[in-house]
Amino acid sequence: MSRASLFVPLGVFLLILGLGYVGFDLGARNELPSALMNKPFPEFNARLLDTPERSLTREDLLGRPTLVNVWATWCPTCLSEHEQLMLIAANTDVRIVGVNYKDNPDKALQWLEQFGNPYQWVLDDRDGLLGIEMGVYGAPETFLLDAQGQVVYKRIGDINPRVWRSELKPRLLALDVSIQDFGEAKAQSEQKGEQKGDQKSDQKGDQKADQKGDQG
Amino acid sequence: MIPELGNFALMLASVLALGGACLGLYAPKEPVLQNGVLSMVFGQWAFSLLAFVALVYAFMVDDFSVSYVANQSNSLLPWYYKISAAWGGHEGSFLLWILIMGTWMLAFALRSDQYPERFTARALGVLSLLNLGFICFALFTSNPFLRLIPLTPADGADLNPLLQDFGLIVHPPLLYAGYVGLAIPFAMAVAALLEGRVDATWARWCRTWTNMAWALLTCGIALGSWWAYYELGWGGWWSWDPVENASFMPWLAATALVHSLSVTENRGTFKSWTLLLAITAFSFSLLGAFIVRSGVLTSVHSFAVDPERGMYILIFLAVVVGGSLSLYAARASQSTANVSYQVLSREFFMLMNNVIMVVSLAVVLWGTLAPIGYEALTGGRISIGTPFFNAFFVPLGLVLLGTLALVPVLNWKRTRGQVVASVSQAFGLALVLGAVVWFALDPASLLVAGAVTLSVWVVLTHARQLWLRLGKGRVPAAYLGMTLAHLGFAMGTLGIAITATQSVESDVRMSPQSQIELAGQQVTFTGVIEVLGPNYRAQQGVFIVTDGDTSYELRPEKRQYFAGGNTMTEAAISAGFFADTYLSLGEPLDGGAWAVRAHYKPLVRWIWIGALLMAAGGILAVFDKRYARQRRRQEAPVAKVAAT
Repeated sequence: MSRASLFVPLGVFLLILGLGYVGFDLGARNELPSALMNKPFPEFNARLLDTPERSLTREDLLGRPTLVNVWATWCPTCLSEHEQLMLIAANTDVRIVGVNYKDNPDKALQWLEQFGNPYQWVLDDRDGLLGIEMGVYGAPETFLLDAQGQVVYKRIGDINPRVWRSELKPRLLALDVSIQDFGEAKAQSEQKGEQKGDQKSDQKGDQKADQKGDQG
Repeated sequence: MIPELGNFALMLASVLALGGACLGLYAPKEPVLQNGVLSMVFGQWAFSLLAFVALVYAFMVDDFSVSYVANQSNSLLPWYYKISAAWGGHEGSFLLWILIMGTWMLAFALRSDQYPERFTARALGVLSLLNLGFICFALFTSNPFLRLIPLTPADGADLNPLLQDFGLIVHPPLLYAGYVGLAIPFAMAVAALLEGRVDATWARWCRTWTNMAWALLTCGIALGSWWAYYELGWGGWWSWDPVENASFMPWLAATALVHSLSVTENRGTFKSWTLLLAITAFSFSLLGAFIVRSGVLTSVHSFAVDPERGMYILIFLAVVVGGSLSLYAARASQSTANVSYQVLSREFFMLMNNVIMVVSLAVVLWGTLAPIGYEALTGGRISIGTPFFNAFFVPLGLVLLGTLALVPVLNWKRTRGQVVASVSQAFGLALVLGAVVWFALDPASLLVAGAVTLSVWVVLTHARQLWLRLGKGRVPAAYLGMTLAHLGFAMGTLGIAITATQSVESDVRMSPQSQIELAGQQVTFTGVIEVLGPNYRAQQGVFIVTDGDTSYELRPEKRQYFAGGNTMTEAAISAGFFADTYLSLGEPLDGGAWAVRAHYKPLVRWIWIGALLMAAGGILAVFDKRYARQRRRQEAPVAKVAAT
């Protein structure tokens, strides 16, 4: 055995190490969790939760920045982020669209009535098909779409004040969404709150009619 | 407060690891300083234990202000899963890794009265250096004690339901004990290189540690495979997933090391090769950690991707493995020992084992890393799947079985021809059995008949030789261990061959009260009921399986966990020594019907029983008389350390 042959293992190792480094670099480039990131939101066709005869498509989400929030009544974390979503709805002019994921529509409507409705529309995804399109693997998940329908941000987990402050708010500002200060000064939101309140009572009316319709 | 204490304990452990590394590698001659190394090892263990207990405490009291607890636990989680959730994610599992590292070091320190003082100090210095790297990794890139203050969530996100299982409670600790245990032979090899002394005595010291680590690794891998089989819901027991490969590679290297150490101990040859294997085995443990924790390869096991962590491990790997291999290149003996042996000798067959193990290792390494290389060169993605691995492992396994059958009758140096001829009767018997199986299982392939023949041959030759030896008097524990491990290997291979080829798998649509036939059994679907667990609700399918006169119930579940909303499939398995009946619920279909996956898996359990026999053999061999504690000093210094 010559002295040189003792260096063979070291050489093999350096080769593997180099490969590991290269692969590591690739791994960073193709981060998997954000499959939809910077891609157009997928095409879809889903019925509204409160008015099943009306359905929305991807075109309805265009035109202004939109938050798409995946939620369900079986998900306690969704309830914990609900207050934050209500605040966002009341104090910004971003559009919030809910995706009611693998849920019971009656329970979902009841839930919205009880805790308030931050959503302009709620899509009914009881079989989870839209969820598959969106690459959802749990609730809550939130996608931020720009006016052209590109996914610019995705959050897996709840939107809490910290996430709002450090991640969501700067991105909304970058998309020219007008935001009023809230959190410490909830009083400021009264004016907008009224506006939203009107909208909400309309929706509640719809919901009740809807439930009656179901029973009949 | 308690989590901060844990964090502080971890910091103290890192300081002691630094001290132990410096002092140990300096290899002092003064007994006071030598004892200092031992105390610092004891301190590393004690403070790691303290840190780990602090983390478990945070889980038990639902301290969701700790970020890791909030991500891994939930107030509804049963208490035993709250404990095991401590190692359910990246940060906590690494703390467990550190605790296990500390425990191995403590065990080595407690037995250090058998080894020369400076050798002990050097080995513990190497181990402390490794531990320092581990602790810094935990402190700087994956600290489990980070707080979420003042934004404390009301409840935790819950442990991934896949991990809410008995398998998770035991699989990681055993696997890590195996991974980290390989650090001991590694440290002994580096210490031996530093001292320039490798001989039969060194090999004898090294064997007990290698066997223990190897046995634990074997158990850990077998448990992981068993867990995948019953928990993942697809009925497979091995899928050549990168992370499975990451645990398989150190196992292959350690298996080669176990055999090569035997040659070095008994014949004083293969020295450099043994050293290289000791370094390789632990290097593959580290490479496995890199693969699992850096996100370089995506897999079901992957922890959250974090570039910082991957880079840290890569640099650590470069320092540790690059350093030790450079040391090997500089210091390993280049003289070939003047020991001759013939083809029909234990030495040659050990060499065969080593060649097969190293070839297997190269195949697995290639299969795991080639996709990365391909992507780097062409930008495209490929995946290397089961067919690639089977193409190599079927012939390699058969050759290994064939060589194994001769092992019991072989002597060191040379073996007389007529002794070898004595195994031919056993071969004849095995061949008959193989032929019977071949006809009975028509149209099974010739390879299955070959595997049956060779496994039976291995069992017969080992059993016969053991019988002859028992007739002559006491049989050494090492010999019993070897026999047991080889029987386990034959049993496992037989299980693999039969399960892989003879299983019946049917995915069918079943409406309530309908019936299917599965390998001679009648499976009746009664319907689906709702059940409520502690933190989930489930739809439970009720099936009645009738096999001749006996009938039993199987209840597979589809669970919805409250937190996180994951849906999980919980298979129902009727486990038998000769076959498993496996049912799992798929998706609900129209009219109360369900997609049902029904499997019949003959001899699947033999795979894990075989692995456990191998592990038991490895541990049994450690209790051989020649490894018994030999005190080299008048007084035991460790006792003093423990008393202070």
